Amino acid sequence: MLRSIDAADPFHRSRTRVRSAWLQPLGIIGAVMLAAIVLAAILAPWIVPHPPNAMSFPRLQPPNATNWFGTDQLGRDIFSRVVYGARVSLPYALQLVVMSAVLGTVLGAIAGYFGGWIDGVIMRAADLVMAFPDIILAMAVVAALGPNLFNAVLAVVIVSWPIYARVVRSMILTLRDEPYVQSSRLLGASSGRALWRDIRPNAAGPVVVLAALEYGHAVLILSGLSFLGLGAQPPIAEWGSMVSEGAKYFDRWWMSVFPGLAILVVVLGANFLGDTLRDALDPRAAKTFR
Amino acid sequence: MTVPLLQVERLVISLPTPDGGRVLAVREVSFDVGPGEIVGIAGESGCGKTLTALAVMGLLPPGGRATGRIGFDGRDLLALRPSAHRAMLGRDIAMVFQDPMTALHPMLSVERQMTEHLRHHRQLSARAARDRAVEMLDLVRIPDPGGALRRYPHQFSGGMRQRVAIAMALVCGPRLLIADEPTTALDVTVQAGILRLLHRLRDELGLSMIVITHDMGVMSALADRVGVMYAGRIVEEGPRPLVLTRPRHPYTAGLLAALPDAGPDGEGAQASRLQALPGAPPALADLPEGCPFLPRCVRSRPACTGAEPPLRPVAPGHAIACPVDPFAQGAA
Amino acid sequence: MGQGMAALVRQGWFAIPGLVRFVLRRLAVGVFLCVGVTLIAFTLTQVVPGDPISASLGDAAASDPEIVAAFRARFGLDRPLPEQYVIYLGNLLRGDLGESLLTRRPVAADLAHYMSATIELAVMAMTIAMVLGVALGVLAAMFRDRWPDQVIRVVSLAGVSVPTFWLSLVCLYVFFFILGWSPGVGRLSPGAPAPAAITGLFLVDAALTRNWRVFHDALAHIALPAMVLAVYTIGAITRFTRASMLEAMGQDYVRTARAKGLPERRVILGHVLRPALAAIVTVSGMAFGRMLGGAVLVEAVFSWPGLGEYAYRSALALDLRAIMGVSLVIAAIYILVNLVVDILYAVIDPRIRLG
Repeated sequence: MLRSIDAADPFHRSRTRVRSAWLQPLGIIGAVMLAAIVLAAILAPWIVPHPPNAMSFPRLQPPNATNWFGTDQLGRDIFSRVVYGARVSLPYALQLVVMSAVLGTVLGAIAGYFGGWIDGVIMRAADLVMAFPDIILAMAVVAALGPNLFNAVLAVVIVSWPIYARVVRSMILTLRDEPYVQSSRLLGASSGRALWRDIRPNAAGPVVVLAALEYGHAVLILSGLSFLGLGAQPPIAEWGSMVSEGAKYFDRWWMSVFPGLAILVVVLGANFLGDTLRDALDPRAAKTFR
Repeated sequence: MTVPLLQVERLVISLPTPDGGRVLAVREVSFDVGPGEIVGIAGESGCGKTLTALAVMGLLPPGGRATGRIGFDGRDLLALRPSAHRAMLGRDIAMVFQDPMTALHPMLSVERQMTEHLRHHRQLSARAARDRAVEMLDLVRIPDPGGALRRYPHQFSGGMRQRVAIAMALVCGPRLLIADEPTTALDVTVQAGILRLLHRLRDELGLSMIVITHDMGVMSALADRVGVMYAGRIVEEGPRPLVLTRPRHPYTAGLLAALPDAGPDGEGAQASRLQALPGAPPALADLPEGCPFLPRCVRSRPACTGAEPPLRPVAPGHAIACPVDPFAQGAA
Repeated sequence: MGQGMAALVRQGWFAIPGLVRFVLRRLAVGVFLCVGVTLIAFTLTQVVPGDPISASLGDAAASDPEIVAAFRARFGLDRPLPEQYVIYLGNLLRGDLGESLLTRRPVAADLAHYMSATIELAVMAMTIAMVLGVALGVLAAMFRDRWPDQVIRVVSLAGVSVPTFWLSLVCLYVFFFILGWSPGVGRLSPGAPAPAAITGLFLVDAALTRNWRVFHDALAHIALPAMVLAVYTIGAITRFTRASMLEAMGQDYVRTARAKGLPERRVILGHVLRPALAAIVTVSGMAFGRMLGGAVLVEAVFSWPGLGEYAYRSALALDLRAIMGVSLVIAAIYILVNLVVDILYAVIDPRIRLG
């Protein structure tokens, strides 16, 4: 009578292994890539060979022993500028994601919890904003407020909050009728309290996953706006604007390629990591379109 | 002695576990189905009855492996190449699932769903296939079969959908139909109609059936012979009247006693208290020594903690996997 | 009396076939969105800290009060805000979008001129993206967890990670500058005449007039920008298709299809792809919107004379009318595309159509 599988295992392992989520190779690679850039950003003042804004080299030189990434039209070392660029792009993108997440979460929570016309207004506003390609609306906002990196962040926040709002709102709609929330309200907790204590921990997960997935996108759109001249202004060493300057000196390929490569590395790393996180924490989110 | 249409011999099914190991979900199940015979397999969720059916169909979940022998028409289905096995599905052996709302494709017309495998297996023309489909819909008593072909599953009621599913399964003329909980998803008022339909189909077409259910009422209405499964094995098998009126295995007795208005074969109302079986089936990955039913058994004896009790006959054609037989002295 | 009227209206409403009702509802939503869009654009331009006048007149002219007053009167900038908005809305309905501060031409003419270039580019890119994206996604789902799937997943992830403006430059450099495969920037070679202006879409116009030389020239010029523009969308659609396919594969009706003995290819293409496609169709509208945004960056690099470039120049110049015009057009395109998508979805999923 068979009880269990013994030493002589007649069944070969199926090919659908379930790996421990945290050890996914792609996730680790992504984490390493991001960590490397973050580290470079933090240690920039100590590791760059030359000051980023010093115009001390022959102009428009291809990569060589002194200037690993070559020099630009003002004789600045591109390698140093690329490393310093991390100190601009990474924090601003983070700021963008956090602000969008907070704004979207608050609005979504209000819409979901109170329902009625408040819900209607907020969701119509969300639909309206999402009816736009985000770069275009961001361009209009930046044009209205004046082109600089902070306004660019603000502009993108204005177009990004709806995704968070939708997620949080649907979470709240499901959770609102959960018994433990109802019982706490019956015990006299105010709406705000119930929202904060009972619902927030559950809604936090998907929001964090979404934010992680959005980080790469934030870097892309901020550098895109800077590329168009609507974000970081010279002489700030920002990757997008560096690519834009390089475009004017088209045959000096090193001026555009390296900053863009840096963007690619950061976004790729963030997306690898975000994807892995998403698979581990919230598989349903695989079907959101981004 | 008629040759059985289906012979399941010592079927063992293992499944992968999340931590990379394997668990035995079906542990040496054997039974036969004769031509024109309806065999019922009863048991709680997780006892392995659906997996057994899926093994016959070659549709085990990813990572599932089956060993043993499943003889159909003299050929061992488990030894067939997947393509050869697939050629028999729908054509010789067909299956009807529990919920017709999810089992039928919401975006394909009834005609498409009923004729695609017919044309694949029998190379019929569109017109011939359509005629055959109408014939089957008529057989299962769907009104306006021609119009029904043009419609979509969501436009039918629950009972009608299941009839369509049954017609769809039978359109190629299979000899064996496996019905997995055919009435569970339906309203009580509709269930009787489906049961009558299945019975009639057996009578008119000579169809053999395996009916899988946890509902003893369904069992009593349909089955000729019954097998009761627990923790991956058959613990009682025998002719339906015997098993349902005089269950000899404590688990079967418990299942029947748990019915409201319990009274096998519908005889008389019993005490108004529901007698639920205490406890729950054991986790298959962690089976204890001895009889798996032991923790919930009211008849246990010291002998039950030894080896797992084998199936032993207690009457011609009736066997139980229990060393204790309450009817041994003929007491009712 | 009122109740009788209401009942009559209801009866009339439900007498219209389901699909038409569906379309009408979507149209109403579209109109609402368009109005909302103009409101947003109008509001935005009012929070401008800078002065649009000095931006277009230059400091010398701006310091002359008479010129300034004439300018303000001409562009209606001296009226109260709500009045400006209402006047604008009225003009819109008559097809008049005002005059651009920058180009001094009617905005409507500007938009018509630039719109076809963007539409041609976007449609080309979208076609490439859908075909490749769905194909790769289906392959990835069919070979789940095996090496083709892993490769496709990494490639599609890379696709959504690449900065579009950078990729444009790199591709231009490699394929034009180094390899000479692509003819370079712009829609046509310098000096080549544009085909007869029937639709404004050079490929269509050239084909219609059998002007094959121009057709080939336009095709050669659109190839690279369209492919670069498609990259992000290919990545996104591949990922989404894969997820939708996998979800559909887990459904009961797939098991039923297999239980009927159908060959695997028939199961995938006939039973799994359909609901997956329905989902993909739903997001293709959003994907198109995304792509319009990406077009801004691609147009900038490839000197493609389209809406994106126009929008960007207008934004920099704080050109009120132009910005609103572009916003409206882009939103209208987006809404129209979504309407088509919704209708397509109703065709694919009979539950919507007949339910």
